[in-house]
Amino acid sequence: MMRYLPHTGEEITQMLQTVGVNSLDDLFSEIPKDCCCRLGLRLPEAKTEWDLNEHMETLSARTAAGSGYKIFIGSGSYEHHIPAALTHLLGRSEFVTSYTPYQPEMAQGTLQAIYEYQTLVCRLLGMEVANASMYDGASSFAEALLMAVRITGKKKVLLSRAIHPHFRRVAGTYLSPTGYQIEEIPFDETGRTDPHRLLKSDDPAAIAVQSPNFFGCIEDFLPFAEFARETGALFIATFTEPLTFGVFKNPGSLGADISCGEGQSLGIPQSFGGPGLGIFSGKMKYVRSMPGRLVGKTRDLEGRQGFVLTLATREQHIRREKATSNICTNNSLCALASAIYMALLGNTGFHALALLNRDKTEYLKKGFQKAGFSIPFQSPTFNEFVVNMPAGFEKKRKTLMRKKMVAGFPISNLYPDLSDHYLFCATETKSKADLDALLEEAAS
Amino acid sequence: MKSIDELIFPEDVRYSDDHEWARQSGENILIGISDFAQDQLGDIVYVELPKIGISLNKGDVFGTVESVKAVSELYMPVCGEVLSINGELENAPELVNHSPYEKGWMIAVRPDKPSELNSLMGKTAYLEMLMGLK
Repeated sequence: MMRYLPHTGEEITQMLQTVGVNSLDDLFSEIPKDCCCRLGLRLPEAKTEWDLNEHMETLSARTAAGSGYKIFIGSGSYEHHIPAALTHLLGRSEFVTSYTPYQPEMAQGTLQAIYEYQTLVCRLLGMEVANASMYDGASSFAEALLMAVRITGKKKVLLSRAIHPHFRRVAGTYLSPTGYQIEEIPFDETGRTDPHRLLKSDDPAAIAVQSPNFFGCIEDFLPFAEFARETGALFIATFTEPLTFGVFKNPGSLGADISCGEGQSLGIPQSFGGPGLGIFSGKMKYVRSMPGRLVGKTRDLEGRQGFVLTLATREQHIRREKATSNICTNNSLCALASAIYMALLGNTGFHALALLNRDKTEYLKKGFQKAGFSIPFQSPTFNEFVVNMPAGFEKKRKTLMRKKMVAGFPISNLYPDLSDHYLFCATETKSKADLDALLEEAAS
Repeated sequence: MKSIDELIFPEDVRYSDDHEWARQSGENILIGISDFAQDQLGDIVYVELPKIGISLNKGDVFGTVESVKAVSELYMPVCGEVLSINGELENAPELVNHSPYEKGWMIAVRPDKPSELNSLMGKTAYLEMLMGLK
């Protein structure tokens, strides 16, 4: 292994002599001057390890994260307990340092781990085939739209306006240079996507709906699945909180052609928004149009079980510009974390944890209602919901932040038509005392 | 891979530069890939064929053929409308290896210009092209 030590001045001089230039500036003279940093790096003096620790602690104390804070926000990224066994297994060097498993004879462990992940994802979502993962929920979602366009040959996609706004923005970025069209389906007074606003004349490649949606509401998938069948579109079911499927029906059983979304809530730390886990799954009949890597199970010459990358002809190192995606990698370590998480919880544990999330959230919701706050969307929810707070709550929210309580997410930043609407989340990490404290502060 | 004299090149089909063959069948034209093409590709694992009813120009891609080592596009040897596809290939793509000119046919088209078939190569010209390739 090469050690990460810088070259000495002597070595640099030697190397410059070997290639026949006088200085480092001469070596890099090809780089246009206006691309170079002229200001120099304004770095402070070096610190001792003690000082550096103190400096980092001061910085981290300035953010409302980590221990000591009670955070009642989900909105696409969820705080859950992460079992210590997961952290330990994930840190094993066989997993942490391994590179993309091109060589099955060298990488059976990594390949099997991905295969197990794919299997668990299929079981969780009720789908037939899952890929080895993508970057995050939003890119996975955008890939699903492109896949639907490939399969149907149509150019318009319909997105529910209750899909996470970040997902929709990434989809917009992916689709803007392609000439494919995005149209949004509004939500109704129940906080769910309004199926009456679908037009058959749109003849879409895909109709995409998220459940629970951005407002926490559980969507009724059936009219959308039916609309997709009738118009020859693909029905894409997306999600940001897959723990939901521990209590609610999964996308596969409700007619999804593709189910994709963010897997962070399955044992991956929130880490200020990333890295995430792009879960992607679909029906087997569409497997050749799927993006990303796939690991399959096979037998070797002696009949022993083995794992290999399969259907690689979809990928860009073989198909070049005709590949199903320009992503030729996966978020393997995050995928492994979620596989360990699902395996550690098991079917029963997953169900119990999901119930705990739902019950705590129902308790909080009822508490808000009892205290006289308005719950504008009356649809069933999982672990988050919207409250219409009185004008002036924003000031109180800032006060509470100083008391180390993060009281809800103001969704008017993302939905200007929903001013004073706040999204609250209660996972298993919040005790009854935490929930009561929030209710008391909000009502005071 | 086989040498050229081990490969089969029937007299009743015409050949394109891209190694497709085309055969008159009543008023329509059947299209597949030559014994040379299947031999170069190796074991074929998947054949993707077009939707029935679409019209394609000469040189347009009408599908892809995927072997264990490569993916290749399939090009129309003549202009025409796709009338039918060989559904057998979905579950038995190896038919293209075993019987490239009979059971391994790919699509049937209604030609826009029936005479276009004659612009393709006969067996002798195709063999000469292959010799040049070698």
